[in-house]
Amino acid sequence: MTRKTTTGVRSVTDALGIERAAQDRATEGLARVLGWISLGLGVTALAAGSRIAQACGVGDSRTARAVLRAAGVRELGHAAALLIPRRAALNTWTRVAGDAMDLAATGLAMRNRRGKRRRRLAYPMAALAGITAVDLYVSVRATQRRRVRDGGRAYGSVTVNRTPEEAYNFWHDFENLPRFMYHLESVRRTDPQRTRWTAKAPAGRSVQWEAEIIEDRPNQLIRWRSVDGAKVPNSGTVRFMPAAGSRGTEVRVELEYSVPGRPLGRLAARAFGEHPQQQICDDLRRFKQVIETGEITRSDGTPDGTSLKSQARQRPARPLARIA
Amino acid sequence: MRANCWIAPHRVAVEDVPDPQILNPRDAVVRVTSSAICGSDLHLLEGFIPPMKRGDVLGHEFMGEVVELGPGARDGLRVGDRVVVGFPIACGDCVSCQSGLYSVCENSNPNAGMAEVAMGHSPAGIFGYSHLMGGYAGGQAQYVRVPYADVGALKIEDDLPDEQVLFLSDVLPTGYMAAEQCDIKPGDTVAVWGSGPVGLFATVSAYLLGAGRVIVIDRYPYRLRMARDKAGAETINYEETDVLDTLREMTAGRGPDACIDAVGMEGHHPSAALHAYDRAKQAAKAETDRPHALREAILSCRNGGTVMAIGAYGGFIDKFPMGSFMNRSLTMRSGQAHVQRYMRPLLERIRRGEIDPSFIITHTMRLEDTPQGYDIFKNKQEDCVKVVLKP
Repeated sequence: MTRKTTTGVRSVTDALGIERAAQDRATEGLARVLGWISLGLGVTALAAGSRIAQACGVGDSRTARAVLRAAGVRELGHAAALLIPRRAALNTWTRVAGDAMDLAATGLAMRNRRGKRRRRLAYPMAALAGITAVDLYVSVRATQRRRVRDGGRAYGSVTVNRTPEEAYNFWHDFENLPRFMYHLESVRRTDPQRTRWTAKAPAGRSVQWEAEIIEDRPNQLIRWRSVDGAKVPNSGTVRFMPAAGSRGTEVRVELEYSVPGRPLGRLAARAFGEHPQQQICDDLRRFKQVIETGEITRSDGTPDGTSLKSQARQRPARPLARIA
Repeated sequence: MRANCWIAPHRVAVEDVPDPQILNPRDAVVRVTSSAICGSDLHLLEGFIPPMKRGDVLGHEFMGEVVELGPGARDGLRVGDRVVVGFPIACGDCVSCQSGLYSVCENSNPNAGMAEVAMGHSPAGIFGYSHLMGGYAGGQAQYVRVPYADVGALKIEDDLPDEQVLFLSDVLPTGYMAAEQCDIKPGDTVAVWGSGPVGLFATVSAYLLGAGRVIVIDRYPYRLRMARDKAGAETINYEETDVLDTLREMTAGRGPDACIDAVGMEGHHPSAALHAYDRAKQAAKAETDRPHALREAILSCRNGGTVMAIGAYGGFIDKFPMGSFMNRSLTMRSGQAHVQRYMRPLLERIRRGEIDPSFIITHTMRLEDTPQGYDIFKNKQEDCVKVVLKP
């Protein structure tokens, strides 16, 4: 599933992402074809039900016509589910369910028939099995794609009025990160290449992992990743480039992560503005504030500093009651 | 403490609110000795700048005494210093601040994301000027928290009375910047729409910068009288004569070299029908601002001249005379005043007696009477030009 990012920017180094999107397109294309087949089947079953019934050997009984009509209506439903949504590959599961019903109905019909009629039913049965296989393949593939996308990548950039060296040094001291990355509780250096990260998790819990620097080009780039066994496998890259004409330094951050938990949890997290893409934008705003002014900007309406969450839930612009 | 709060559109009230406290290392808390009501406060009052919340403390023109400093205070500010505070909140460390563009400070608006949605990029935070501009409590109060106090607060070391230095916080630098951005050459004719505090200071400044003539356009005789008597302007009452014709006549067909719109988003039009057109569109949210003055400024300006939009706009306007603007090689300048850039040099001019900004004050009231002050100012009663508040 291609996520709509707020920046809509895909980094030039994002070969993996592009490849993944291409694979998505293939699955989506197959799903679309299945949708058109469903539409054809549905229309045929409704328009020429009795002829089909005779051709495939179930006979033109009242029951057969009713079953076929129901199947026709259902096929139209599949067609709608596969042709209307922008991203429909997962809806091929509805076809798999339909296939199961058809196989059951045909199986029942075979059991009640003998001889030539039974043999004639064997052809649709085989065809059905074939279609089921195709449907299953597309569905499973789409689901796997979705699972790979459980994680994702987030990208953000900001220009700061500091030299690349200053920005690099500030970032390279990973213990500085929690000053502007609000989801982090702490980062502790365990050895020159390794750091121990503690992040806030839902319901007041926290999650820890160890990270190592895997590429380090002074004043240009730092690349890090969590070491094996992390609960939330993640990696990140930050690049520092001088902005033209003494405009400071362009800082570009790319994060890759996989999020544990059910889709519902992820949805809820997004609703509360904790989507990594949003988080990275807020983080970079605060990074700029801290590295340029030495403090996080706070107002009475936004006393905890810049974040989409506090922006949405503004306090009145009047002083906070003094905490004794 | 007591503070003047926004309650609902068209309603403010003085309420008890908690005293401000230091939130950041570079903060100061200032005990307010004088504050003022600004024309742009009226836009907030009317609800034309939308992200307001019940209880927001208003006011961005204030001065007073430093009573508390954060642990990271820079540059020799001390408790007890008498200071005037500029209305844009500016960090002093970003590229914009260091280029003198303080009102577009890149760090001072914590709600920059909100402003980016509305405006593309975010301007600076402003005291008491809606949540779009940061959600900062304002200075129509007994105390106020001043972030980045080393950049925002100007120390007043001599015994000039509040009345002479208070307007360094906004309207004097704003009027001065309006004139300065017009690149006035000796002998230039400058037309100024709006004879409120900003228009009056723009007039005074235009003369200081070498203008030969300044023509002020308004509809209130008492304000036009002040422009003539106190600022030396010629005047046009737009309800009595056609502005374009008169300006053309006064300049022998050329048009003014520079035109300053010191009116902004709540302009009026002498034709009831045309005024009703923009009122209706504004009410239907088809445009947010009524740009009568801006349209007229563009049409009046001489070929190749400069139009300066200093009056406050909030959102979108309609019927912008782009054809006139483009085909006649006009230049438009604009911006919230970069107050911190002008405070010191203007203080010098006040010291030398070149400007005495106190002439605009028509009313001095107690903080408790602020809502009444808003009423008088808004309805142009009692020949009101400027209300100063004493906590």
